[in-house]
Amino acid sequence: MVVLLALALPAAAQEVIVAGMSQNRVSITADFDGSEILIYGAVKRDAPPPEDVGALEVIVTVEGPSTPVAVRRKDRVVGIWINNASVRVDSAPSFYAVATTGPLDHILSDVDNLRYGITIERMIRAIGISDEADQAGEFVLALLRVRTNEGRYRVLEGKVELTEDTLFRTDVVLPANLTEGEYKVRLFLLRDKRVIASQERVIGVRKEGLERFVFNLAQEQPLIYGLVSLVLAALAGWGASAAFRLIRT
Amino acid sequence: MQLYLPIAEVSVNAFLILGLGGIVGFLSGMFGVGGGFLITPLLFFIGVPPAVAVATGANQVVASSISGVLAQLRRKGVDFTMGGVLLAGGVVGSIIGVWVFGIMTRLGQIDLFVQLSYVIFLGLIGAMMFQESVRSLLRSRKANAPIRRSHVHSWVHGLPFKMKFRASGLYISVIPPVLIGAAVGFLSAIMGVGGGFILVPAMIYLLGMPTKVVIGTSLFQIIFVTSFTTVAHAVNSQTVDMMLALLLILGGVVGAQMGTRVGVRLKAEQLRILLSLLVLTVSIRIAFDLLVRPSELYSVAGVLP
Repeated sequence: MVVLLALALPAAAQEVIVAGMSQNRVSITADFDGSEILIYGAVKRDAPPPEDVGALEVIVTVEGPSTPVAVRRKDRVVGIWINNASVRVDSAPSFYAVATTGPLDHILSDVDNLRYGITIERMIRAIGISDEADQAGEFVLALLRVRTNEGRYRVLEGKVELTEDTLFRTDVVLPANLTEGEYKVRLFLLRDKRVIASQERVIGVRKEGLERFVFNLAQEQPLIYGLVSLVLAALAGWGASAAFRLIRT
Repeated sequence: MQLYLPIAEVSVNAFLILGLGGIVGFLSGMFGVGGGFLITPLLFFIGVPPAVAVATGANQVVASSISGVLAQLRRKGVDFTMGGVLLAGGVVGSIIGVWVFGIMTRLGQIDLFVQLSYVIFLGLIGAMMFQESVRSLLRSRKANAPIRRSHVHSWVHGLPFKMKFRASGLYISVIPPVLIGAAVGFLSAIMGVGGGFILVPAMIYLLGMPTKVVIGTSLFQIIFVTSFTTVAHAVNSQTVDMMLALLLILGGVVGAQMGTRVGVRLKAEQLRILLSLLVLTVSIRIAFDLLVRPSELYSVAGVLP
């Protein structure tokens, strides 16, 4: 009986994530100034949590659409600072946040980081970058630094609250300079530095209303857009002149 | 109140933009210039991408020049023939400018190119204007000093393709005005300015036009060149931000009305000295950015896949 129970334990201790978010779409409207998203969830189990394994840890990542980018370095050329060397990075997310229950190197193994692509460094694809410049690594570090300073890349270690090994929640702030697209939210459960369960969600980020209209017009009908801009400017200029004459007389 | 700009893709404080427009409008009303050379660098400083700042600056200048030219029309201060000739050159210059702007953007050198243009042109014009206005201020103190002739015959008058410009009372070759127009059109496209600060001295000193038609004619040509530039940037690089332009214009028209009232109380020489100091300050401020080691040497820009 005891043996049977012991054998059945790993299967019975199956833990899965049940996740939710405060919103699954973000609308960029005229008054958009960033947004805060609450990501929460619970760990569902068929049996009490095992006792002979490491503590439960949670990692939540939010990833914006990836694009190729050029990283440029300024050098001093004949006395002035100009963009000189540059490397092309094949793919870098426009936004990336990692929230965890503890320090990343304590709760996540290198193998699983490689396999699931969890830290920001793993999300930047720069194949063949070393052919382009001598210190290619410097450029990748610079990319991380610049985007971190812009609030685009965030490491939020210890910012996931885990209650009673069951309920967890975290807040991720999306900055005002968001890129449109699908934002992938991933949730990982870990024990002994290994991922034991994961879950994915999507947040749609879109310009809405007037912002959508103006942006679409500029992209799809650039000539009409340019002419409309002119008419608006002309009306404003004429209106100002007319109003001023009215005031004076 | 924060406002998200749809094209620049940054969130800015709407009152800050209105205020910027107002201050620049005040100065432009006071000095009789379009103010593009102030608007564009100020937009750089608050974080608007340079390409958007330049294209939107051009759009803002359209509004302020229309407002100005209407006032000049009433006092018959526009030489339409001269304006048309300058404009023909201006369109060609603007096409070349937009094309160069595109190439520089792809090379990643657009910021440098725009900054260098500002430093060189504003520096030169500012220094020349300062020297000239100080000299004329000194001359006006000495009552019996010789008066310089405003109309000097030079090599400009020996060129072919002569044309009559009735409102200006000139009979000169069309080559110099076409070239001047082209230079201004080019600068308008790469700097987001109207180019009045170059056009006005060029018309007075190179073409020998009478002062009463200079401002009106330069505004006339600037309306069309900046309109053309705005549309060209909108089509070529989708960098005109309508919302940003409207805010700048709204602030600008109010400021300009106040500036004009202050301007009429000051003497012409004093105004020109102040304007030249302003132009020099902007030039030095931008040069400073190029000469001092930046705190972050690296920059990140999106590229096409």
